[in-house]
Amino acid sequence: MSKESAEFLMNLMIFAPFLGIPFILGLQKQSAKYIAFGASLIPMLLSVFVYLAYTANAPVGTAYLGQQSAEFNSFALDSFLPWFGEGARYNINFITGLDGISIYLVLLTTFLFPITILFSWGSVEKHEKSYYALLLILEIGVIGFFMALDMVLFYLFFEMVLIPMYFLIGIWGGKERIYASVKFFLYTLIGSLLMLVAIIYVGFEVNNWTSFTSNYYDIVSRGVRPDLQNWLFLAFTLSFAIKVPLFPLHTWLPDAHTQAPTAGSVILAGVLLKMGTYGLIRFCLPIFPHASEYFASTMCTLAVIGIVYGGMAAMVQTDVKKLVAYSSVSHLGFIVLGIFSFTTAAISGAVIQMINHGISTGALFLMVGMIYDRRHTRAIADFQGLAKSIPVFTVFFMITVLSSAGLPGLNGFIGEFMVLLGSFSSSHVSAAFPILAASGVIIAAVYLLWMFRRVMFGPLDKEANRTLKDLNLREVLVMVPLVLLMFLMGLYPKPFLKEIDRSSDVIVKMVEQPAGLNHVAGYYQEETIAQE
Amino acid sequence: MDINSLIILLPLFGAAIIGILGFVSESFRKQEALIGGLGTLMVAVPFGLILMNFLGYHEHPVHFRIFDWIVSGTINVSFGYTLDELSLLMGLIVTGVGSLIHIYSIGYMHGDKGYYKFFLYLNLFIFAMLNLILGDNMAVMFLGWEGVGACSYFLIGFWYEDMAKAAAAQKAFVANRIGDFAMLAAMFLIFDYTGKATGNYSLNFSDILGLDWAADSAPTFWVALLVFIAATGKSAQIPLYVWLPDAMAGPTPVSALIHAATMVTSGIYLISRLGEIFIHAEGVMAFIGIMGALTALLAALIAIAQNDIKKVLAYSTVSQLGFMFMALGAGAFTTAIFHVMTHAFFKACLFLGSGSVIHAMDHTHAVEDGQDIRTMGNLKKYMPATHITFFVSTLAIAGIPLFSGFFSKDEILGKVFANGLMGGEFIYYLVWIIGAFTAALTAFYMTRVYFLTFRGKERFNAHGHDPHESPATMTIPLYVLGFLAVVGGFVGLPEVFDHGHLNWISHHWLGHHGTVTMEHTEDLGHVSAGIEWALILFSSLIAIGGVYFAWNFYTKHDLEGDTIIKNKLGKLYDWMGNKFYVDELYEFVLIKPFVRAGTDVIMVFDKYVLDGIVNGIGSLTLFLADVFKRIQTGYVGNYALMIVAGVMILLTYLFFF
Repeated sequence: MSKESAEFLMNLMIFAPFLGIPFILGLQKQSAKYIAFGASLIPMLLSVFVYLAYTANAPVGTAYLGQQSAEFNSFALDSFLPWFGEGARYNINFITGLDGISIYLVLLTTFLFPITILFSWGSVEKHEKSYYALLLILEIGVIGFFMALDMVLFYLFFEMVLIPMYFLIGIWGGKERIYASVKFFLYTLIGSLLMLVAIIYVGFEVNNWTSFTSNYYDIVSRGVRPDLQNWLFLAFTLSFAIKVPLFPLHTWLPDAHTQAPTAGSVILAGVLLKMGTYGLIRFCLPIFPHASEYFASTMCTLAVIGIVYGGMAAMVQTDVKKLVAYSSVSHLGFIVLGIFSFTTAAISGAVIQMINHGISTGALFLMVGMIYDRRHTRAIADFQGLAKSIPVFTVFFMITVLSSAGLPGLNGFIGEFMVLLGSFSSSHVSAAFPILAASGVIIAAVYLLWMFRRVMFGPLDKEANRTLKDLNLREVLVMVPLVLLMFLMGLYPKPFLKEIDRSSDVIVKMVEQPAGLNHVAGYYQEETIAQE
Repeated sequence: MDINSLIILLPLFGAAIIGILGFVSESFRKQEALIGGLGTLMVAVPFGLILMNFLGYHEHPVHFRIFDWIVSGTINVSFGYTLDELSLLMGLIVTGVGSLIHIYSIGYMHGDKGYYKFFLYLNLFIFAMLNLILGDNMAVMFLGWEGVGACSYFLIGFWYEDMAKAAAAQKAFVANRIGDFAMLAAMFLIFDYTGKATGNYSLNFSDILGLDWAADSAPTFWVALLVFIAATGKSAQIPLYVWLPDAMAGPTPVSALIHAATMVTSGIYLISRLGEIFIHAEGVMAFIGIMGALTALLAALIAIAQNDIKKVLAYSTVSQLGFMFMALGAGAFTTAIFHVMTHAFFKACLFLGSGSVIHAMDHTHAVEDGQDIRTMGNLKKYMPATHITFFVSTLAIAGIPLFSGFFSKDEILGKVFANGLMGGEFIYYLVWIIGAFTAALTAFYMTRVYFLTFRGKERFNAHGHDPHESPATMTIPLYVLGFLAVVGGFVGLPEVFDHGHLNWISHHWLGHHGTVTMEHTEDLGHVSAGIEWALILFSSLIAIGGVYFAWNFYTKHDLEGDTIIKNKLGKLYDWMGNKFYVDELYEFVLIKPFVRAGTDVIMVFDKYVLDGIVNGIGSLTLFLADVFKRIQTGYVGNYALMIVAGVMILLTYLFFF
């Protein structure tokens, strides 16, 4: 496949889920789930083609964005479609691209959506049409977000994701769904509004206030004056940190997760949280390298607190879903630690951890959902001895729990190990961070295995648990790809790492030798002279 | 692909085949012979391959690689393995004893509804254990290190419907994870140190040991200390030993394989592997020695007052592991590995023997608890094969001369003593005294458990359901292990014979080519023959004395003997019986406060401080909105007034500022 056609498919992939929406809304509601599943398979297939084309083109630089020297560019696929126009006063265009980091996040998204939709077949009974339509709109937003290389476009996708999620929680959620959805919506929105201001500021600033550009590569190559970086960095980072969520901005997450329907939780944990960490890697580090280094220790401190805090909070939860939610706070801490260590291994580890967390935590939420659909409770105290009544479920659950606990040989270990090794050998941050972070592996074993024991082991003492039905074929089909990925990523992550490494290498270079710095330094001097 | 790869891959394939077929096919689950045979084959073939490498070994380690694992940035780790003197010897023990225990399990697990799962876990365990000992880098070693922990978790909790057993499994995993945390930290340090020292970040053992560890004492100290802490988890030493006695909740073959012969010795293996680092950390070495001695003593004291046959053996394992750590502390790495080997023989035999006994006792349906030695006695009459193998293994662990345990234990005590004598820390004398005393205790409590089980009065009433000897799949492994328990020590004859040239294991195999560091172990060569003979004589006397005393004592008093000891020791005996309340202490000092911190600090902070702020901001916004909305009165006159006021303010500003 030629590079051009791959780039066409890449753009098509963003809007492919939309194909299903007219049919879902137009036809009768019984067919909604089948159409939605079919519609979500299209981007999945496209993403596979795009991935193959990506690996074929991988080391080759790029057409449009290639104004930069090749070593600063790892976007093997990219496309430029004029929108507000190039060279005009408002330089806003439909720019998309894939590098070794975004390609895997897109793949994660396109694979998780069909799985989630397939799961939903059995558990969503009201307003099916709008439910599936919203899920597909959500997918458009997420895929677009991971591919956008224009700041305004990126912001649009970022916000676009909020709306369907708000409705998914608010309509199909649990008892406290209104509080949770409003909290989720406002919390995230407030953070992103600051980012919007910062985007506008940066867009004018890099063009010396003569015109506005939101072209990612223009911004990165021209650079932002070091003395302005700190505030702009904080505006961006606040928005991403809420999304991650980074301690202490995490309190919306347990509420959103416990109230969201299973599919909402899976997508939320699986891909939406990664929007925050992806934003940090894609935008904060390259655009504000100075500030990133300046705030590295702060970010790592919060990340490490999050690891321990989230783990200890997870340990004492009585609701399984809330436990998994807090475990996300802990796991995402590893990702942030890796990002702000500025070594290739740590950033690649962070990216791998993003994918792995999507797989493992996505699987955990799916399995909690399967139990919930049967028993309509998630309280640990309501269960015991399930291993005897639902053995097939037990096998999948055990593997998933061990993957989440970071057992070597399964996927969870790879990311944590790379992040910790990479950050320990980093000259940018203190070695104390990875050591403290590593204590998270003990806590993870405590909260996961303790929960597993109370839910799965012991005698079957409650009648309702004795008659539970084991997984049906559809549910097994939902779990099998995830479990296979856990083994694949745990034992042979090398092919993934190859592509990721190339891109995280570029990110590290962008931090350590900022591209625009010479230009900026010159500009800065001229300006000071002019003022005098 | 290298044929040696099969050593690693076959057990994994075995686990995968048994697991997948068992998962999908009901009829496969019932094919006990097929499952057991397949499982055994997948361990026996690797044993054969390791044996071939062992016999054909010519000073050069054999390397093989399966594929790359983690390659990113400065990290470059592959599934690479080394067959050298140390890993071959460990490999023989693991796959050899492993094969025997697989065969034994065919009979022992007969009829269990989780039969296929048991063999799945056993194969998986062998796979993990082989990664641990054959891996040529620390990441693959760690895969095995955590992998054996996970298999141990599955197997301890094998009968998960019993909540106590499930809790024991969880306890084992978490205690091991605490050690693993130290291991991770040690790996970070090593990785960083190799990179800083050579520019080439590495976790390969060959690169690590190629560095000059003496040059910089801080990394040496920390790496040694952290690896030792990691070892206290896996190899059940103070303070992390508490999981091992509880681990006896697993089926008995598991106790024999994992919790006696193989997994629990991995800490000793790793310290020997990294001996080059440890000999440069003198303070840590002394610490290891004294911790080993204290663990050995504590566990032996507890063992005296236990009545569960498996509990006694469990504490004796902790105690024997303590002996191995004493050897490590003295720098006698080869001796520690020697004791690993002899211990694997006699302890596996003892555990399998106890399994045979438990089977027999449960079969009588005459006793409440088939593991309680107080309701046994005189089993010699019913179980000749189990009896004779248990008997010789008891003599071996007690250290009766010419039995295997004698040679290794004597060598440990000798080297510890020599280390004190040859200018080492004074503390080594203390270690030696504790070690010698513990050796006497060992002879005593092992004779007690043997006697109360197999001799003396028959303290159960079988009502015609007499205990019976186990089937051949169980007794054959017992005979093989019993034989090895008797003769296994001859590979390590004392130094005094022909200046150690007859000591095959330390001088020819392990020490000769420098796989295992020799530095300190040579000290004993400098001790005079007279002292060495005296030490040998002393070791023999404490062993024989301990056995003789216990034999007479329990012949005379039978079970009443325990009451006499209890009366003599008073409070101390209660403490011993209650394991010195260490579990309770941990519960009170560590676990409870940790959980309380989660509920009473973290969650309170989360709910009232963090969420309080968030909700507070929300409420404040609503409040302000409520205030401002009063301005929007809807009367045109009010708005006009405000416009006028605004214009006035603007004009004032423009004119006057």
